[in-house]
Amino acid sequence: MSQVAVDFEKGAAAPSPYVPKMARLLEAEQMTETERFFRVALEGEPLRYEPGQFVSCMVFGIGESPISICSSPTQGDAFELTVRSVGMVTNALKKFGKGDRLGIRGPFGNHFDYSAMKGQDVLFVAGGLGLAPTRSLIRYVLDNRQDYGKVTILFGAREPKWLLFRQEVEEWTKRKDIDTRVTVDRGDASWKGNVGVITRLFRQIEVDPTRTYAVIVGPPIMFKFTVLEALAEGIPEHRIICSLERHMKCGVGKCGHCQIRGIYVCREGPVFTYEQVKKLREGI
Amino acid sequence: MLPLVLNKSDLGAWIEALAAQRRVAAPVLKETSPADRTDLKFGWEYIADPAEVRLDYTVTVLGPKKFLWPARQTVMSYQIGADPRPTAVLDHEPHVLFGVHPCDVTAIQTLDAAFSKDIADPHYLARRADTAIVSIDCAAPCDETCFCLDMGSLYPEAGYDVMLTPEGNRFFVEVKTPLGEALVEKAKVRPATKQDMQARQKFAEEKRGNFHFQLPFEVKYLPEILDASYDSLVWEAIARRCFACGSCNTTCPTCYCWDVDDDVAVDLTKGCRVRRYDSCQLDPFAEVAGGENFRKDRSSRLRHRMFRKGKYILDQTGRSGCVGCGRCERACVADISIKETFIQIAGSR
Repeated sequence: MSQVAVDFEKGAAAPSPYVPKMARLLEAEQMTETERFFRVALEGEPLRYEPGQFVSCMVFGIGESPISICSSPTQGDAFELTVRSVGMVTNALKKFGKGDRLGIRGPFGNHFDYSAMKGQDVLFVAGGLGLAPTRSLIRYVLDNRQDYGKVTILFGAREPKWLLFRQEVEEWTKRKDIDTRVTVDRGDASWKGNVGVITRLFRQIEVDPTRTYAVIVGPPIMFKFTVLEALAEGIPEHRIICSLERHMKCGVGKCGHCQIRGIYVCREGPVFTYEQVKKLREGI
Repeated sequence: MLPLVLNKSDLGAWIEALAAQRRVAAPVLKETSPADRTDLKFGWEYIADPAEVRLDYTVTVLGPKKFLWPARQTVMSYQIGADPRPTAVLDHEPHVLFGVHPCDVTAIQTLDAAFSKDIADPHYLARRADTAIVSIDCAAPCDETCFCLDMGSLYPEAGYDVMLTPEGNRFFVEVKTPLGEALVEKAKVRPATKQDMQARQKFAEEKRGNFHFQLPFEVKYLPEILDASYDSLVWEAIARRCFACGSCNTTCPTCYCWDVDDDVAVDLTKGCRVRRYDSCQLDPFAEVAGGENFRKDRSSRLRHRMFRKGKYILDQTGRSGCVGCGRCERACVADISIKETFIQIAGSR
């Protein structure tokens, strides 16, 4: 534990990490009743980011919320966000449309290690809004398809009306070079697909545990049981990857809200291996 | 620099000279308990008159942290409308913290490290850069709650510009930094004589005799002891008394977690982002948008705080998160003591 170097003059002159850059919405679309999709471009220099990182969205006069980036840098200079309306900021964003401006800080956090996954099989398991951060890596992998082995995508939601990126997922299911399966906990009259919790989909797929990375993102309860399935398939703990949800307020390892034991999720996360999360205990 | 001496009668003139250049914050007497005239309450305030300064103070409810890390601080301002033009707000002015105890000197160094780590926080560091620190050495513990000797904060090696050591009718003046040299230029100091040096020796010996180790283990083992206690029932047992009020966080000289809000002007033309002290003991601290709360139980929050104080901040910054000042124990309505907790977990394995 070396002591942090302190330089008052230099620190005093540092740019404030709490002031956002201005950004403009290129697209805005209501994806479900509560989830809204945005394509965003920073004014000036484009955002340099990696799959798995997040930004802070500022609505001036209301506040700020941390939001996962759901696009891949391979998709061009703009980036995409999927926002679920829960609190004041995200409900305010519901009224935001094409051309509107908001503040963006970031990107923050570590990212999915897509280099380590090269040449390997990737199994994506996303529950609900967990598809948003997962999609950043899915899109990266699909845009570099030749670099990866077998790609499997399992996606689950509570009901058909809560399925995100429906059209895009539909296109994935049609592709021959990836295996995409979707399930809902409860179907409706028009639903023809799988019904049941996401762990059931594991029975339909073949996994080669010696060469598979499992990327699991979803609510804690889903994570718990899906990790069990991945372990049962024989995938080692260090190749089970997850992204943790915390309410990061500062994004720079100061405010303390995202802390799990000694770790600031906003800096050392949000992407962790199951091996790391298991040791953290308060992680899930 | 040769050892210097300042007569106590010349202290007021020095503070007055300093006040011409910088705002002076110092410990002052706030109130005397009506029940017990010897029970004096001190607090840190900007002073108007050098006569208010009480260098014989014992302990303050809040430390001098509040001048560097205010309970409420604007970090940014903006316009509401088509062009928000968000702008950082750095709010600082030259000031001197006059009469900081060694424990608080040490605590400020922890804050310095926390706000410098990885990504510098200019809102804190601009204030810090504009701050001079005159420390006053302690001859005896403030009361039975402090355990600064254990936590290694009684003899700070740095973190101050000038250190005063009171002995009889004089102060020994130790200049630590160039800024300290500039401060002392305004003081009517004289070189220490042989008798002065003997008196200083006497102070050091008395100090050594007055402070005692209170933890049954060396503090370097504290992180390990905490780690081994993670699943102990002791956390649950102590948390049964905890009201989760957060007084411990508010009074702690090294706590720096915050929440942030937007304040909007009544005419809705402009707004600002304001950060305020937050407390990891409050229920919603680790709650996320989906409603999940990752430290729902009081025991997990209490344990989190004790781990932060004894281990996490140390792991992160290389500086202790607890300086043994005893403020959290004094503020605790349930009489939860961090010192007793550290002792209890060491024996609970």
